[in-house]
Amino acid sequence: MLHFSRGPIARNRPCRGLRWPRMMHGLPSYAMNKPARGSLLGIEHLEDKEILGLLKLARRMNPLKPRPLLRNKRIVLLFYEASTRTRSSFEIAAKSLGAITTLVQSSGSSIEKGESLLDTGYTLRALGADAIVIRHPAAGAPHLMAKHLDIPVINAGDGMHEHPSQALLDAFTILKHKKLFKGLQVAIIGDIFHSRVTRSNCHLLTRFGVKITLCGPPEFVPDVAATLVPGLRVTRHIEEALRGADVIMLLRLQKERLAGQKIRLQDYIARYQMTAARLKLARRDAIVMHPGPIIRGLELTAEIADGLQSVIIDEVHNSVPTRMAILARALGKAK
Amino acid sequence: MTKDNAKPGSLLIKGGHLIDPAAKINASMDILLRDGRVAEIALPNKVRGGADEKFDARGLIVAPGFIDLHVHLREPGQGYKETIATGTAAAAAGGFTSVCTMPNTAPVVDTAEWVAWLRHPERGAVVNVFPIAAATRSSRGAALTDFAALQKAGAVAVTDDGKPILDDEVMRAALRLGAELNLPVVQHAEDTRLTESCSMHEGPTSFRLGLRGMSAAAEANVVERDVNLAQQIRESRLHVAHLSTSDALKAVRRGKRAKARVTCEVTPHHFTLLDQDVGEYNTDFKMNPPLRTAFDREAILVALADGTVDAIATDHAPHATHEKQVEFERAAFGITGLETALALAITKLHREHKIPLTRIVELFSAGPARVFDFHGRGSLVRGSFADVTIFDPKKRWTFEAAKSRSLSHNTPFDGWQFTGRVVATVVGGRVVYRAD
Repeated sequence: MLHFSRGPIARNRPCRGLRWPRMMHGLPSYAMNKPARGSLLGIEHLEDKEILGLLKLARRMNPLKPRPLLRNKRIVLLFYEASTRTRSSFEIAAKSLGAITTLVQSSGSSIEKGESLLDTGYTLRALGADAIVIRHPAAGAPHLMAKHLDIPVINAGDGMHEHPSQALLDAFTILKHKKLFKGLQVAIIGDIFHSRVTRSNCHLLTRFGVKITLCGPPEFVPDVAATLVPGLRVTRHIEEALRGADVIMLLRLQKERLAGQKIRLQDYIARYQMTAARLKLARRDAIVMHPGPIIRGLELTAEIADGLQSVIIDEVHNSVPTRMAILARALGKAK
Repeated sequence: MTKDNAKPGSLLIKGGHLIDPAAKINASMDILLRDGRVAEIALPNKVRGGADEKFDARGLIVAPGFIDLHVHLREPGQGYKETIATGTAAAAAGGFTSVCTMPNTAPVVDTAEWVAWLRHPERGAVVNVFPIAAATRSSRGAALTDFAALQKAGAVAVTDDGKPILDDEVMRAALRLGAELNLPVVQHAEDTRLTESCSMHEGPTSFRLGLRGMSAAAEANVVERDVNLAQQIRESRLHVAHLSTSDALKAVRRGKRAKARVTCEVTPHHFTLLDQDVGEYNTDFKMNPPLRTAFDREAILVALADGTVDAIATDHAPHATHEKQVEFERAAFGITGLETALALAITKLHREHKIPLTRIVELFSAGPARVFDFHGRGSLVRGSFADVTIFDPKKRWTFEAAKSRSLSHNTPFDGWQFTGRVVATVVGGRVVYRAD
């Protein structure tokens, strides 16, 4: 169901630049178009200067002082997966820029009736969407959309693949606490195999001279993980990962993922839970990050979550200006 | 078997260079076809019989009609992807005079009635169609089908293709029954217990793309088990479908050394492409078994050259656009292949990897003929069926998916520039395809 959340009366606008799939030779011409400018499908193929540009732009964004850069632009939030912070964060970011937002969730929509991803995209485009922010359980879903639509597509998380806005807000947060990327030691602990946040963070941080250690049991951190980007190493021992770390990134532990694996929950907690004692192995000014949602008692203790070195709430706070920058860039209003 | 049963007139193919590995011929020869058979082969201008029609094959290679051991023609029941008529038209355009159809249709071809249905002239086939029937009922992997009845109706082998026969006892029973009847059992080697929700090869690329991957072991384990069984069961015949990993090749070599009747086929996409070619989730690079590593591809190239691989088979797997234009992990597995097979073999195997043309022709003709005992095919000695493939090994051309004769266009090779093209395809003495 479509929820119009900023005044129901939008002026009737013709769908300018609308492109339908044309029939050629009896085949739909689903030509593989390039994604529209302003799309953000992942960190992997962004250029360094694009990343730095976004971080700079984010610094200039202040949610408390709205600038109507995107006044009357229609941004559709297309969420095939549950989300609290990412969804609200994009919504608030869009509204802070004066945009109209619409939420389409898979439950309660014709997606439940089996409507295809592309048909959903064409429908939203025909309704006047100027950009689509999509979260989807299948890797590559935003890429598929972007190839067939002429409006920017922003990846809010695609399966296990990437979560580019999270990596950007994490980078933003790190820079607020550490002056430079170069030479930083980062430890990422947890279920790396299933983590799109980790992949995006690895793509981003290693660009700028950050050394990353991935830590977890083999089921969650297979050896192949080290091949993702240059500058990664893998360890099974949390002590090794934490020693000398400037930044510790914790990942949510999904108990369901432990089912059927060799490692039991209590073993996992014993070997990989972030505790105050373990934090002492890192540098004194190390910061603890987590994309959320956190479960105290699982991947981290309450002491860590609520402690002085935790910047978890900062991350959430920084997500709004970061996403404002992403949306502004998407719609060509990066000023 | 072909649509029009009226006898074709006689045809003299003259001026061409005959490559017939089974007959050990690699020389300029003229060939006279009459009454659906090879009537005469002689040195240029030395054919004594007269002919109604002449084909000028100067500058061209003349070969025994190609045989594709593995195609999905999608009938019965999935005619929106391909029909026997359109699929065989694509086969003819690819130089294939005979195709073996896979039974994973709707319903599965597990009865003599369906085998006969597939072979009926009403289906509109323009090349020879040899059905491969299901090895187990509905390909559920449990109860064997009636191999004898299926064979009698015209099935040339049995398989549960699309799925593996995982149960040791069922595979043992299938190989035993196959041995009794001299019927090959074709195995789609995939341990599906290890590949659930997987959509490509398991490696650095799948990790980077955030996709679950199928390990090489998931194929190799099954091939190893099957080769062991084939070695234990005298006279059994095991054919490994679409082999894709170096480890599986090791097992096949072991079986051949032990004199078991183990054969295998490789697809053109597996000797050409790699897992990283999936790129940005391009579903035209998604098939099962998936594209593998450079190491596997190299092992396949060596095996193609040294005789470990018996045949090139396309695993032509047409799918509708709406089945491919979805999220990568949900997209149907498979690509078309009939019209690009020879071009890939000449461009990649011959020109790039220096495998002789005689070996290439063998992989398309004598090799497959041996695998399923196609008597009178795979060679052009006097008395053979008049199935001939005529091609220009030097012709440069660009493959355009939109011009394909298949109903479906799910191919990774759209726009590829090739060297080597089919000029004409002759089935039963009749020209069923002629390049324009």
